[in-house]
Amino acid sequence: MEKKLKDLKPGDKAKIIKVTGEGALKRRLVDMGITHGAEVLIRKVAPLGDPIEVNIRGYELSFRKSEADSIIVE
Amino acid sequence: MQYTFALVGNPNSGKTTLFNEITGSTQHVGNWPGVTVEKKEGKVKKHKENIKIIDLPGIYSLSPYSLEEVLARDYIVDQKPDVIINIVEGTNIERNLYLTTQLMEFGVPVIVALNMMDAVKTRGEEIDILQLEKSLNLPVVPTIATKGKGVNELIEKALVLAQTASAKTEEAPVKKFDELIEKSITQLENLVTKELTLDYNPRWVAVKLLEDDMDIKEKADISVNLNNEVIMCRERIQKGYNNDDVETVIADNRYKFISNVISKSVKKKSSRTLSTSDKIDKIVTNRILALPIFLAIMWVVYYVSISTLGDYTIGWVEWLIGDVIGGTISEWLVGAGAADWLHGLVIDGIIGGIGGVMVFVPQLMILFFFISLLEDSGYMARVAFIMDRIFRKFGLSGKSFIPMLIGTGCSVPGIMATRTIENEKDRRMTIILTPFIPCGAKWPVFAMFIAAFFADKAWIAPAIYIIGIGIAILSGLLLKSTVLKGEAAPFVMELPEYRLPKLKGTLIHMWDRGKAFMIKAGTIIFIASGVIWLLQSFDASFSMVEAENSMLASIGRVIAPIFSPLGFGEWRAAVATVTGLLAKEVVVATLGILHGIGEVAEDDPSLISSITQSFSTLSAFSFMIFTLIAAPCFAAIGAMKREFNSWKWTFLTLGYQTGLAWILGTLVFQIGSIIGLG
Repeated sequence: MEKKLKDLKPGDKAKIIKVTGEGALKRRLVDMGITHGAEVLIRKVAPLGDPIEVNIRGYELSFRKSEADSIIVE
Repeated sequence: MQYTFALVGNPNSGKTTLFNEITGSTQHVGNWPGVTVEKKEGKVKKHKENIKIIDLPGIYSLSPYSLEEVLARDYIVDQKPDVIINIVEGTNIERNLYLTTQLMEFGVPVIVALNMMDAVKTRGEEIDILQLEKSLNLPVVPTIATKGKGVNELIEKALVLAQTASAKTEEAPVKKFDELIEKSITQLENLVTKELTLDYNPRWVAVKLLEDDMDIKEKADISVNLNNEVIMCRERIQKGYNNDDVETVIADNRYKFISNVISKSVKKKSSRTLSTSDKIDKIVTNRILALPIFLAIMWVVYYVSISTLGDYTIGWVEWLIGDVIGGTISEWLVGAGAADWLHGLVIDGIIGGIGGVMVFVPQLMILFFFISLLEDSGYMARVAFIMDRIFRKFGLSGKSFIPMLIGTGCSVPGIMATRTIENEKDRRMTIILTPFIPCGAKWPVFAMFIAAFFADKAWIAPAIYIIGIGIAILSGLLLKSTVLKGEAAPFVMELPEYRLPKLKGTLIHMWDRGKAFMIKAGTIIFIASGVIWLLQSFDASFSMVEAENSMLASIGRVIAPIFSPLGFGEWRAAVATVTGLLAKEVVVATLGILHGIGEVAEDDPSLISSITQSFSTLSAFSFMIFTLIAAPCFAAIGAMKREFNSWKWTFLTLGYQTGLAWILGTLVFQIGSIIGLG
């Protein structure tokens, strides 16, 4: 089964394979640097359980778990 | 000769600081035509040449999905600035260069301002400027915008670029993409060059066609032949890349190119230590501490700007405008033997009206100061991060919290604070919902009715808050599934590094917003209060009369039946709902005047006894519900109009609020009567 970014825990590191889906959301994630081969580190989960914060390409990015569900990692 | 430079860069890259540094006091703020996105323009200060700087919105990319991005892109392709100054945050160079790779395709000369070089140094990183220039084939100037360093050099180099651009022969563009894509681009570029009538760069159009950009396809009006070629190229690329879509492949390629550039020119420190920003964030967004810290910060902002310092300033402004200015002019008018009506118009109408706007200004300024501070420091993004979970349920995002909190003081700054919400739909929704949170000016009205009817019911005051919040939540759910339907806005947000805000920048930010409020909301309130004053002071034959014989009273008698189902179909109450549009606390004064008591405090015993005679407990409650939900005051309506930038949305919102207030008031009164309350 494909591993998703959503399944990772704070402190985990992974490499991005790709973003599934289409349209504005996918384009936004890709524009922000979530592209093939990029290394991602899960920083933390927001106090109420969503969204999450990751470190990618040297900066901090936050998105919801529903968005993390469309990111396939290695 | 006049030159135009466009300033483009990511949010949080120090773009505003650089803009302030370049333009000084010459800048002015407006809106881009037709949209609420701010447009800032200025001139390069103390320069012999006439150089205009346009500050384009802070963007991450030039995709066709967000308003700001389309705006920036249209500006560049249609207005063709002489030079694009691309500000790149040195500490976040990788993602910032993504926009650069897009900007260099327009055929407009680009110069990179590599900003925050001081922070790069602190981090122990090194950037080889010459190497970076070589890899990007663009001039790069290191800057520290907060200290004004490198700014002059940047402008001089940009000027040289502008002056030599036309003379320079077309250079071979940097090959950023893989062979397969480059081949397609060249192929399309040749066809585009042949048939394109627009003054666009063919290579840029070729890339956009490959990305299947609808906007460009329409504008360029491409031939069937070219379109077929585009389809073929797209298919070929898709096949070559595991069937991934071409837009993503191109974005991947851009980042690959950037990784390559960076590996040659940026020396990162090998062991990553926790930066100050990381340490702050560890505490501020900590699972347990985040909410208490957040609430404490909000409490301080609210306490200082709305209730203490802000509240004092209301008294000062009232004193300054009413007693000092109004008093002086009044004395002067009386001394000059001016007619009564003139005295009334100037003192009660004009000065009273201006005062009505001005009392909000200091409060607003203090509030905007805090908001700018929270924004500039990077905390605002964390607020959205912490609160998003709750607000998403009602079709909003975490950024809607601040406007609503401020709205408990006054809806005007609350509505204006929606500026920080980038998503148009979230913004509209927040503007519509914020007035449902009972503002400070509605409290005297509630206090009067509570003293008259509910003195022994302690639960009624908190109940009003709960009803207001409940209405906001239910309306959010309703709007989300009707008028403001559509795909949920993606919540993908950068959490920028914490920074110490610069006082100058924060003050400029604050002043821009305060000034805009005074001008826009001021004109509306000014006209409206003049009109109400006229209606209240004259009868239909334009002789000056007491309020109860005035045109306003006649209007009140005409519209009173509208309020019969709500239980207060009496002309005085009807007039009070109209004058409440001036400011909600005016309802109390109006009821006092119309009951022949004069202007008194909300807990005045004679006022309370008259109120008990003209209202029943039930109709009093329905009046409170109506006041809570119906259209806010003119100042808030003015702010709404300004933030919606549309009369249609303003009137729809007012209609919705007032209609809902009428329906709920009717329900309260009718159901209450049936079950025998009141």
